Amino acid sequence: MAQATDIQRRYGKTQRVDRWWIEPALFGGGLLAFVIYSTVSALILGNSWHFEAGPYLSPFFEPLIKPGWVPEWISPAVFILWAPLGFRTTCYYYRRTYYRSFFMSPPGCAVTEPAKSYSGESKFPFILQNAHRLFLYVALVFIPILWYGALKAFWLDGEGLGVGVGSLILTANAFLLMMYTLSCHSLRHLIGGGLDCFSCSNYTRTRRKAWDILSLANEHHKGWAWASLISVGLADLYVHLVANGVLTDLNTWSNF
Amino acid sequence: MPKAHLKVWRGDDSGQYVEYDVEYEEGMVVLDVVHRLQATQAGDLAIRWNCKAGKCGSCSAEINGKPKLQCMTRMGTFIDGETITIAPLKTFPIIRDLVTDVSWNYRVAETMPELKLSGPDASGHRRMQQIDIDREQEFRKCIECYICQDVCHVIRDHPENQGNFAGPRFFVQLANVAMHPLDQNPKSATVAHGFGLDYCNITKCCTDVCPEGIHITDNAIIPLKERRVDEYYDPIRAIGRKLFGKK
Amino acid sequence: MADIETHEYDVLVIGAGGAGLRAAVEASALGARTGLVCKSLLGKAHTVMAEGGIAAAMGNVYSEDNWQVHFRDTMRGGKMLNNWRMAQIHAQEAPDRVKELEEWGALFDRTPDGRILQRDFGGHRYARLAHVGDRTGLEMIRTLQQHAVHRGIEVHQECTVNRLLKDGDRISGALGYWRESGRMVLFRAKAVVIATGGLGKVYSITSNSWEGTGDGHSLAMQAGADMIDMEFVQFHPTGMVWPPSVRGLLVTEGVRGDGGTLKNTSGERFMFNYIPPMFAAETADTEAEADRWYDDKVNARRTPDLLPRDEVARAINSEVKAGRGTAHGGVFLDIASRRSADYIKRRLPSMYHQFMQLAGVDITKEPMEIGPTAHYAMGGVRVDAETAASTVPGLYAAGEVAGGMHGSNRLGGNSLSDLVVFGRRAGESAAKYALGLTGQPSVDQGAIAERSASILKPFEGGQENPYTLHRELQECMHVNVGIIRTDSEMRQALVKIAELKDRLSRVQVEGHIQYNTGWHLALDMEHMLCVSEAITMAAIERKESRGGHTRDDFPSTSGEFSQVNVVVRLRGSAVSVAQEPLPVMPDELKKLFEE
Ligand SMILES: Cc1cc2nc3c(=O)[nH]c(=O)nc-3n(C[C@H](O)[C@H](O)[C@H](O)COP(=O)(O)OP(=O)(O)OC[C@H]3O[C@@H](n4cnc5c(N)ncnc54)[C@H](O)[C@@H]3O)c2cc1C
Ligand code: SF4
Ligand code: SF4
Ligand code: FES
Ligand code: FES
Repeated sequence: MAQATDIQRRYGKTQRVDRWWIEPALFGGGLLAFVIYSTVSALILGNSWHFEAGPYLSPFFEPLIKPGWVPEWISPAVFILWAPLGFRTTCYYYRRTYYRSFFMSPPGCAVTEPAKSYSGESKFPFILQNAHRLFLYVALVFIPILWYGALKAFWLDGEGLGVGVGSLILTANAFLLMMYTLSCHSLRHLIGGGLDCFSCSNYTRTRRKAWDILSLANEHHKGWAWASLISVGLADLYVHLVANGVLTDLNTWSNF
Repeated sequence: MPKAHLKVWRGDDSGQYVEYDVEYEEGMVVLDVVHRLQATQAGDLAIRWNCKAGKCGSCSAEINGKPKLQCMTRMGTFIDGETITIAPLKTFPIIRDLVTDVSWNYRVAETMPELKLSGPDASGHRRMQQIDIDREQEFRKCIECYICQDVCHVIRDHPENQGNFAGPRFFVQLANVAMHPLDQNPKSATVAHGFGLDYCNITKCCTDVCPEGIHITDNAIIPLKERRVDEYYDPIRAIGRKLFGKK
Repeated sequence: MADIETHEYDVLVIGAGGAGLRAAVEASALGARTGLVCKSLLGKAHTVMAEGGIAAAMGNVYSEDNWQVHFRDTMRGGKMLNNWRMAQIHAQEAPDRVKELEEWGALFDRTPDGRILQRDFGGHRYARLAHVGDRTGLEMIRTLQQHAVHRGIEVHQECTVNRLLKDGDRISGALGYWRESGRMVLFRAKAVVIATGGLGKVYSITSNSWEGTGDGHSLAMQAGADMIDMEFVQFHPTGMVWPPSVRGLLVTEGVRGDGGTLKNTSGERFMFNYIPPMFAAETADTEAEADRWYDDKVNARRTPDLLPRDEVARAINSEVKAGRGTAHGGVFLDIASRRSADYIKRRLPSMYHQFMQLAGVDITKEPMEIGPTAHYAMGGVRVDAETAASTVPGLYAAGEVAGGMHGSNRLGGNSLSDLVVFGRRAGESAAKYALGLTGQPSVDQGAIAERSASILKPFEGGQENPYTLHRELQECMHVNVGIIRTDSEMRQALVKIAELKDRLSRVQVEGHIQYNTGWHLALDMEHMLCVSEAITMAAIERKESRGGHTRDDFPSTSGEFSQVNVVVRLRGSAVSVAQEPLPVMPDELKKLFEE
């Protein structure tokens, strides 16, 4: 017979018999892998690992900002990456995931958490999560830039229009990144969620329709978040591998 | 007849689990088995229930560690011979057996803002379109089972937060007031007050367990957080307000 | 007993369903110090389970609708046995009460022009039920509850009233116990409103929860109040029949209102064979006309699937008896083949949920299996139509526990409206009466001490198990005083009730006094036996069939009994019955029935 101690609050203490820890372990592991890979690829290796191949530019470096005064050991990605990094760090979905996996707050539902005290997002540092709105504004600017990068990948200087595996990858990546941004909770709020009366004018009725569509996308925000995270990593890897001669890109151009 | 092996919490805070074997038939739910236990082996077992149909939110308990309604948990969902642990909601003080003192929730309810609607039109009707209220109707499905309150780590693991944090059930109610098309409450009474919304770290356990399937986090809490961002943290809005006057 | 916990009020409301909450809100609005007691937690009362809607002739969907039509439907549904004045007040005031609920936060489904949408229900000529999907009761109780908590009403939850107290003739308070601790509590009050709901738990197949033990009926009888129409118990035609654990659980009439039809095992829509002469003129007699009616109420007549509940329940009973029922003793209710899956999920979300989760049946693909279930007590405390006052000074009753409003059969949706219309009136009159009294009436300390001691007797030893006693009573009532009744069977029931009373005096409960459900049941048994006896005595007295009272030995209505209420009284421990004439309807209202 179990004893009264079973309801004491101890770390990891739970009566759950299912394997609740699989989910946080899996998602936490995925996030960690991406963070390590992107740090290495975009920041540490930086200029020393080619990130441009023909018409392709790794999405970590899009748009390419390379002023002359910047020393060679600083990766041009630093001018770009703060934006998606900030956007994703403050994203409601990623917050949920890393609070659970990394901060164990809580490790699982109805599983006791280790921390002695808790103030959530009401105090520093987590109060900064409210900056998500700002990062959203920036992310919206990035959508056309990424599409520009994707379209550019169909045009090889000197040869003109064509298509290669890289251009398809970059297009898919731009699409997924766009969907991730469009399914953002904050955008859903801006478009219509902030209204109290949808029927009050034609303008608000239109916003309701847009809100309905964004809400559909928003239901799968988690899916978009992972799909775009994986695609951006793969796109970066692909461009690097082609640029460094490890892979050959299949394409329609004769002289890549 | 198959037998269920139950482990049921008996007594108050210093109680213990007691094991029972209870016969059950196909199609039964956990509450039926507990009732049979009560009628045959444990006449004084304390439980709450009313509707037996997932409508009143009385029979909440932690079944194999997961907060659930006993009347909506079918025996068929367990593997044959599996031990079924039934415990009271752990966030609230135990009264006895499966009954807990949920009065904290009723005290929070008293602090919630009351709806203040604008008056009817000349024909005597308050006009509202279905598209203005369907979002609100989701919030009003709440059966006050307090399962979300139980699972929320903000108070489950840190009871000291009970004074500052209304909990997911009441964020749902707050969203109902804040988004009502005819409500006249000032923002200071709803969104701006916040009722401890900032303590929530949107880890979504409340949504996972809600028996009514209310998207508590996505449709109530995050939209409320966004409304707070509108108020306090969006510089572009703030500039807009400065330039074009208060909106 | 000087040390008993005591609370003092002007008005004490017993019961926190729709009726009790509305009464408490009104009483406190008039300045009375108001207390509210309920057996469960606040917001869990039976009202929360109501599904279909609240009837009010607002005319939002059919502008032809008005209070006269609603009044006429109600009287005809009750087979003209209703207290006409209550039915009239009800029909006139219901629309205002619904709008008031909206003002307090209820969000009913809408018409395209933004008004409150109304749906069809059995016995109502026009689409008349304001509703929220199929969870209207939840909307109602939550709205009233949230309104009430801001009104300074003191709420005592999980507290069961076990006796009413009197000072001479008039009411002086109530004695109860806390379920949590088992300790006694005394409420001194100038006026008491009983709003304790129904008594379905005396039957074995019922849609009612454990609370429906007829406490209020029994408390009022013990306090000397007159009861009327106790013989009329509504069996709702559509309760779940399978699996056994959900037997009796309600399937809302909204399923039929939204297009579902009843079929027997050979697929026949049998209701066409059971149209009684009284409703023949306004009921479709072909399937084609019945199907047209859903969209065209003006040119087509209503489907017989939506005849009043007593008619449908009897029809199902006959089909099953004739061997055309399912293996589990029910018939089919089919909406799957008649409406799209989308429509069903949107209009009947909780029915979809209920069948999916509890029976593993997808109602958008398969028919439901249903059969009659004990649902509602038409009978109850005899009250004055205007004030909801009982025959005991200071004692008021509203909601299901009050009698008269629904006659021999209640129409669906007329209960929720009844709760708020007469809940408000009861609260108002109780407050006025209480504020008009000077000084608090006195309570009989001796009686309190005596009761405080005797309530603990079940702990002292005996050999009867309260759960067993309860089950035996339920089976006895179901078989002998159920849908179809005869004199001899009912007399057997009386013998059984006497036996159970005797055995109850030797009941034994085990364990601790805190939150002991076995003990609570033992105490509720006393009430259930009291109301069972009242139902049976009244049913023996009424030698005819009418509404929720069908007798094999007197299968038709009788002119003689159409003019009387059966009144039940308790004097000492003896139950007496008497036939007393109905209040007479004025001529201008009689005209409504002449067309
Ligand atoms: C499943 C179902 C569906 C229904 N659907 C509809 C519908 O669609 N439309 C419609 O109009 N009607 C419907 N009804 C009927 C209607 O819901 C009830 O008749 C009505 O809710 C009764 O309300 P009430 O306020 O009288 O009492 P209840 O809501 O039953 O409340 C009784 C209150 O009294 C308290 N109480 C009882 N005994 C004691 C005691 N001894 N001491 C202290 N407190 C006590 C209880 O705790 C409770 O708070 C339905 C009923 C059921 C069961
Ligand atoms: S999402 Fe917020 S409110 Fe819900 S359980 Fe998690 S912390 Fe609590
Ligand atoms: S929001 Fe859901 S989980 Fe929380 S109390 Fe309401 S119904 Fe229960
Ligand atoms: S919520 Fe995830 S991007 Fe905004
Ligand atoms: S008993 Fe009502 S929700 Fe389980």
